[in-house]
Amino acid sequence: MEALTQLGITLMVLTVTYLVGSAIERRHFDSLRKREARLRAFPTVTFERLPEGWQVADSGLAMGSTVVSLDYFKRFLAGLRGILGGRVRSYEPLLDRARREALLRMTEGAVADGYDAIVNVRLETSRLASSRGRGKGTAGVEMLAFGTAVKLVRQP
Amino acid sequence: MPILMSNTETIPGKTIVEFYGVVSGNTVRAKHVGRDIMAGFKNLVGGELAAYTELLSDSRKEAVARMLEQAESMNANAVVNVRFATSSVAQGAAELFAYGTAVRVQ
Repeated sequence: MEALTQLGITLMVLTVTYLVGSAIERRHFDSLRKREARLRAFPTVTFERLPEGWQVADSGLAMGSTVVSLDYFKRFLAGLRGILGGRVRSYEPLLDRARREALLRMTEGAVADGYDAIVNVRLETSRLASSRGRGKGTAGVEMLAFGTAVKLVRQP
Repeated sequence: MPILMSNTETIPGKTIVEFYGVVSGNTVRAKHVGRDIMAGFKNLVGGELAAYTELLSDSRKEAVARMLEQAESMNANAVVNVRFATSSVAQGAAELFAYGTAVRVQ
């Protein structure tokens, strides 16, 4: 009987986290698409040299970061994947979301500070160890985007 | 005059006239229990853990500030080729590290 209750609770948690987690993910992707569309004209590039003919008036370091985690249901799925091996589909959208969010925050910050472009954009990923479970579980993944923001001299 | 920073090998639009060497700054932070419990709940449904995002970006700012302090003490006016590193050193604690090359630009 007790085992049955345990199973029931686990199934309930899985269902609830699946529903809430998917809703949060869907909303996040919608917001990402909207904000990316708005910033499409702003140049962010990964090369270090400035394109020919750009006259720089001012520059600074631009940064954006986010910490995200997977919902319980998808972590459970990923755990199963760990036994079977193969492509872990549940983690792919999570990392994609985090990376795009970090890039957007970097760009939005640069736009707010009046910069015209960002060059030498770099991305970094790091895993945060959880304080429970002897640091084995993960508390989330941090995504950092940074680059050199430049203000250009306006041609008269 | 604030110290200029970039993650390219020069400050765009300026020339480097003197090199002073590597400067760095670090900080090790742990999250406090209240935040950790909240983040634990958030961890069930997934999505952004805003408390951690804030904690890490504040810590990174601190590391950068220490790096700039060191650059200032060397009489540099810019730090180029800035890099970041994050490592989980212990349970629930992370080290944020920033480093770059202190230079004088004109």
